[in-house]
Amino acid sequence: MSDTPEPRSKVRTWTRRSFLATAGVVGGGLALGLTLSPNRLKMSDDSVATGDEILLNTWVKVTPDNRITVFFPHSEMGQGAGTGLAQMLAEEMEADWGAVSIEQAPATDAYINSDLGRGYILGQGANIPAFMYPMIDFAFLQIANGLVGQLTGGSTAIRLTGQHGMRRAGAAAREMLLQAAAAEWDVPVTSLAARDSVVTHAASGRTATFGALAARAATFSPNLKPALKDSAEYRIVGTSKPRLDLPEKVNGAAQFGIDVVVPGMVYAAVALAPVRDAQVASVEDAAALGRSGVRQVINLRDAVAVIADSYWTASRALEEVGIDWSGGQTDLSSAAIRAQHMSDLDTGDMEEMDQAGDVSAALASGTALNAEYEVPYLAHATMEPMNCTVSLRGDGADIWVGHQNQLHARNAIAETLRMTPEQVTMHPVYLGGGFGRRGDMDFVTLAARIAQAADAPVKMIWSRETDMANDTYRPAIISRMQGAVENGRITAFASRYIDARSGMPDSERPFAFQYEVPNRDVARVICPSPVPVGTWRAVDFTQMGFFHESFVDELAEAAGADPLRFRMDHATPRRRAVLERLRRESGWDRDLPPGQAIGVAMVDSFETIVAQAVHVTVSEDRAVKVNRVTSVVDCGRVINPSAAEAQVTGSVIFGLTSALYGEITLEGGGVQQQNFPEYDMLRLSNAPEQAVHFIASDHAPGGLGEPAVPPVTPALCNAIYRATGTRIRSLPVAKSGFWAA
Amino acid sequence: MSISFTLNGTPVSVDVDPEMPLLWVVRETQGLTGTKFGCGIAACGACTMHVDGQATRTCVLPVDAIEGADVRTIEDIGPETPSAVQAAWLSHQVPQCGYCQSGMIMAVEALLDEIPDPSDADIDAAITNICRCGTYDRIRAAVHTAARLRREA
Ligand code: FES
Ligand code: FES
Repeated sequence: MSDTPEPRSKVRTWTRRSFLATAGVVGGGLALGLTLSPNRLKMSDDSVATGDEILLNTWVKVTPDNRITVFFPHSEMGQGAGTGLAQMLAEEMEADWGAVSIEQAPATDAYINSDLGRGYILGQGANIPAFMYPMIDFAFLQIANGLVGQLTGGSTAIRLTGQHGMRRAGAAAREMLLQAAAAEWDVPVTSLAARDSVVTHAASGRTATFGALAARAATFSPNLKPALKDSAEYRIVGTSKPRLDLPEKVNGAAQFGIDVVVPGMVYAAVALAPVRDAQVASVEDAAALGRSGVRQVINLRDAVAVIADSYWTASRALEEVGIDWSGGQTDLSSAAIRAQHMSDLDTGDMEEMDQAGDVSAALASGTALNAEYEVPYLAHATMEPMNCTVSLRGDGADIWVGHQNQLHARNAIAETLRMTPEQVTMHPVYLGGGFGRRGDMDFVTLAARIAQAADAPVKMIWSRETDMANDTYRPAIISRMQGAVENGRITAFASRYIDARSGMPDSERPFAFQYEVPNRDVARVICPSPVPVGTWRAVDFTQMGFFHESFVDELAEAAGADPLRFRMDHATPRRRAVLERLRRESGWDRDLPPGQAIGVAMVDSFETIVAQAVHVTVSEDRAVKVNRVTSVVDCGRVINPSAAEAQVTGSVIFGLTSALYGEITLEGGGVQQQNFPEYDMLRLSNAPEQAVHFIASDHAPGGLGEPAVPPVTPALCNAIYRATGTRIRSLPVAKSGFWAA
Repeated sequence: MSISFTLNGTPVSVDVDPEMPLLWVVRETQGLTGTKFGCGIAACGACTMHVDGQATRTCVLPVDAIEGADVRTIEDIGPETPSAVQAAWLSHQVPQCGYCQSGMIMAVEALLDEIPDPSDADIDAAITNICRCGTYDRIRAAVHTAARLRREA
């Protein structure tokens, strides 16, 4: 169909050659790459460029037909990052938004996302988003040798790539286009203006499109420090541009990893150990091999794979394989892990995390409270189960996988296959949810091992049951807290908590109490989880948010104070403003009928402050109906209000789902939950009404993929307390006899 | 054994294990991958297609049960111009990751075929699909918009 418009969002196959071909002048147009090796470093800010580092990672291409393509080095997993980043670039470039399209950048070292590492090392306030923690080599000195990046945490794209890379790329491109026009018309650059992809010389009335100027523009050198626009002049940033990837997400055209088709491809279904660390003792595969369409049964020792000409055939045949497993941690159970945590809290080695003043004295003099809180393991349960397609060829491998860290995945696969990273080509696809799970390497290396044993390209798909029982979970932990209030003020806060090593760096300080308290004593016992754990949307802030924000409500009650005003009394000015807005927007001061209540909580994470009010109705038989959630967010400058709102409302559902239903338990060394009925989800019928309010702000953008998750759980539990008098100190709410209506 | 049905208006005949669920037949033998796999036990709705006009979870529907049936997938919605539901989905910017949305849209198309102006309660009862990204509030608003667009068409 000739009149079918080209999609404005692309994920496509990159080869090394097509990548190199985009560097320079292409097809008579301008291709501006900001990722240059240091000896050719033109664009990086010299205040951050040192040594051998490769810095920025932005590409923009202007073609003679006046179209602009923005390449972005992040995976698209629902956050709309590509659109927001393109908005930042187009704004500075003075581009015609209607002619801008986006494309996911290829996974090569040239796109290394090392701004992320920099922010972390230098502590420039560029907090590293949770999804990337396990991806960093924490031996900081190695970062200069190449932090293996191109990673996507919901909160990195705008804050780092956009703020440091995209804006400057757009501004530099605009300057080059103006220089081209100045040379063309022999007029001073200062007499020219750019707008909507057109350069105008007002005095003579001459105009030229960016496309017409592109080739000439490419002959100028990019400015190291182009002038950036005053935010008052913004026309594209701060507006709700429709996401460029959505047209193909309403007609089935978007290609996710699970949709990839490779010629000659076969399918793999896998059985992983039902008991942690068990090994395959024997495999009885005659029946499976007898099924039509089955090609191979592969014993990988820690897994068994069936290869067939269809996924369904492979998974049916897998049920017919007799597998004897031996060994493993058969005595592993949720109860045993909890008992270990309790004894560690009693007698383990404490490590001081935050200490000030004299807690004992404050406890003795004020009204003292003690409470013990705990949370369970949680699964990510991305809508698209883990999958990965591997095609081996004589001199390398092609990989199709939805991954939050394409380069790291490439390297892990190369290592598994004993290849060099250059021999492995990653093909970007859309991610059917990430939430931190798709930053892990377990499923990609497994696919590579299966492909090695197979004789054709293989698409490995995990069943939902395999996905749920073999996740890298949000850790179950416990916190024991003490606090004191005196004359309406919190005078002491102390906690002893289990750190199960999710991978979050201490510099994020999730354990820190977020209110002003003179006497503090926060200490942890490190107790690495015996079950794989990882980053789960907002990571340790999810547990600490629940602990601290529930306990603050207990302290407020002990002080005889209103929980919201009590928080405001102890908050920094920026946080106080968020809480005050929440008070007004949520109807906090309204009288409610019996059985109804509003609970409040606030968590500041990833440079974004979120306060939420949850309005519940709790029936006599303890059915909890969440009527309404109001979120007030200070995330600095909002790039795309509609996309930003979606991150908040989605996070609210994610958090509420965990509080109302979420629990992964272990027994006999295996996970007991298999599929959605046992690990249930909110649906339309019980999803609350939502309102989201952003604080108008000129602060640099904070993260937004995660920060609205942590407060909603404590706000819910605080609401339930106010409605019923029952304080929930262990999640999910079912543990206290409540259920989701 | 060969099984025949109509797929998006075209007669097809497949020679597969009769127990193979329609989802996998359509995805793997017919190459239409817009319909997704989420759970395999009819719990999430990602695999929703229309079978004789009914929204149906096809991950548990053996293909031999639909001999002669009329099957419609997301690829047949639109496709030249967006349907009212797709247009509403875009104007409300519903999808996040997008993975659940084929199933959502197919469920909503069938709902509106049956109840042109659904109440919130009708929507709650009919649309029980899971969206892990939590797009529910926009889905609800978009269903009402789609109902209006259909009436105005
Ligand atoms: S895949 Fe069919 S309902 Fe989930
Ligand atoms: S949009 Fe991601 S699961 Fe619904």
